[in-house]
Amino acid sequence: MSGFAQNTFNGLVSGAFYALLALGLAVIFGMLRVVNFAHGAFYMLGAFGAYVLLTEAGVPFWAALVIMPVGLGLLGMALERAVIHRLTRLDPLYNFLLTFGLTLILQDLVKLRYGVQSSPYATPSLLSGTVNFGLFDFPTYRVFILGFAVLLCVAVWWVLTRTRIGMVVRAATERPDLTRAFGIDVGRWVTPVFGFGIGLAGLAGVLAAPMRAVNPLMGADLIIVVFAVVVIGGLGSIFGSVAAGFGIGLVQAWGEAYLSNFPIVSQTIVFVVMAVVLLWRPAGLFGREEAPA
Amino acid sequence: MLRIENLSAWYGEAQVLRDVSLEVAAGEVVTLVGRNGAGKSTLLRCVMGLHPGQRGTVELDGRDVGKLPAHKRARLGLGWVPDDRGSYATLTVTENLTLPPTVGPDPWSLERVYEAFPALYTRRDSAATMLSGGEQQMLALARVLRMGARLLLCDEPTEGLSPLLVQQVGDLLREAKRHGVTVLLVEQNLHFATGVADRHYLLAEGRVAEAMDNSEVRSRERELLAYLGI
Repeated sequence: MSGFAQNTFNGLVSGAFYALLALGLAVIFGMLRVVNFAHGAFYMLGAFGAYVLLTEAGVPFWAALVIMPVGLGLLGMALERAVIHRLTRLDPLYNFLLTFGLTLILQDLVKLRYGVQSSPYATPSLLSGTVNFGLFDFPTYRVFILGFAVLLCVAVWWVLTRTRIGMVVRAATERPDLTRAFGIDVGRWVTPVFGFGIGLAGLAGVLAAPMRAVNPLMGADLIIVVFAVVVIGGLGSIFGSVAAGFGIGLVQAWGEAYLSNFPIVSQTIVFVVMAVVLLWRPAGLFGREEAPA
Repeated sequence: MLRIENLSAWYGEAQVLRDVSLEVAAGEVVTLVGRNGAGKSTLLRCVMGLHPGQRGTVELDGRDVGKLPAHKRARLGLGWVPDDRGSYATLTVTENLTLPPTVGPDPWSLERVYEAFPALYTRRDSAATMLSGGEQQMLALARVLRMGARLLLCDEPTEGLSPLLVQQVGDLLREAKRHGVTVLLVEQNLHFATGVADRHYLLAEGRVAEAMDNSEVRSRERELLAYLGI
């Protein structure tokens, strides 16, 4: 029983990263109709930035947790203005080429300076140790990640469903042309939404630094599962991306724990789930078939 | 209020409007009738600024709005009632109503909308696409009245509605007209059109074939219905 709780907890922690990354992809896709294949690279930049800030400037984790998302969010906004916005009128193939190309550029820039080896990032002292939950002990840092990610998802959900900005973003996501016809300058919201999605990826990266190996390819490994998450949740669905993120974290953790005798199954279970979901609901669990514009 | 001159529009290579010129005076209700594919909806989309391939002049209150994006035209007082009713699935009924900013001198308050449409009030927290077709049509009309739009662009607001609801749409448009609202209406239902409108333009193959008043439409009803294929 304590093993089950342990696996479930670890699944939720992995799921928190999937949820934060998928959430950013979902708001970006919703608003821009751009699938950002560079999302993993920004996650990596968040972790690497935190590492560089600490080792080269002595900037602590807590400051990096603010600096990196804001800095990467601004970088994302600049990239959106410079190149991403040109994608809207082009064939979707260019979407893939540009954002995948960006990934390679960002990864190699980091490799050029820091090589490919993993760098350790110490857990902030305030969050070291374990928390006792009666029968089980869990690492404090992981409890913090889970709580922080859940709070963040709830905050984003609150902004999207309870504020005027959120209402405009939902409307523009669902029917951009119609929303313009109702006097709303949809274009004005595109750049900040892209920056926000990138900022979330950077934030997830900073959170990952103390518990994952910090290296230039850390985002590339993760993003494949994140895309499966986005497809399962329903491309563009905010709620779907978060729910599927935590769900897939759980499925993966349970698979690894209880199907470890069948490595073929435990390593591919996420994609099996994806295939089954797509056969059953082609638009994903919470996705809608595209409405006409 | 609205002046269109030599408006042409294309879908890719296919030309759907050819040198259309027409005018709608302030306070008038004018309909566009014509067969499917005659270019009626495209004309409304051109006025709203939602159709990219167009050439010609669209003037609002004497001002050339041809270069303005849709959201700026809306803020000049255009109210869009699209043919698919334009309900947002991710917005509640109340949010659907309050999404557009108020753009005119005489916007309806939310209270007034709900007093006029009790069915919308009882479903105010539901997703708009959960409403019946008729309720969604009322929502689309209520939304532009709440904006205080001065010129309504209505694309077949009676399509698929029961006779009772058609009558309700008519009452609503007549009341809007009494308050000085101008309406450009795409309509296939000639009875309904002559009941609410002052004048009519017959569109055929992308051109204005004829301009008619109510008595002319009534006297030629049989011929027109045969032409429209209804």
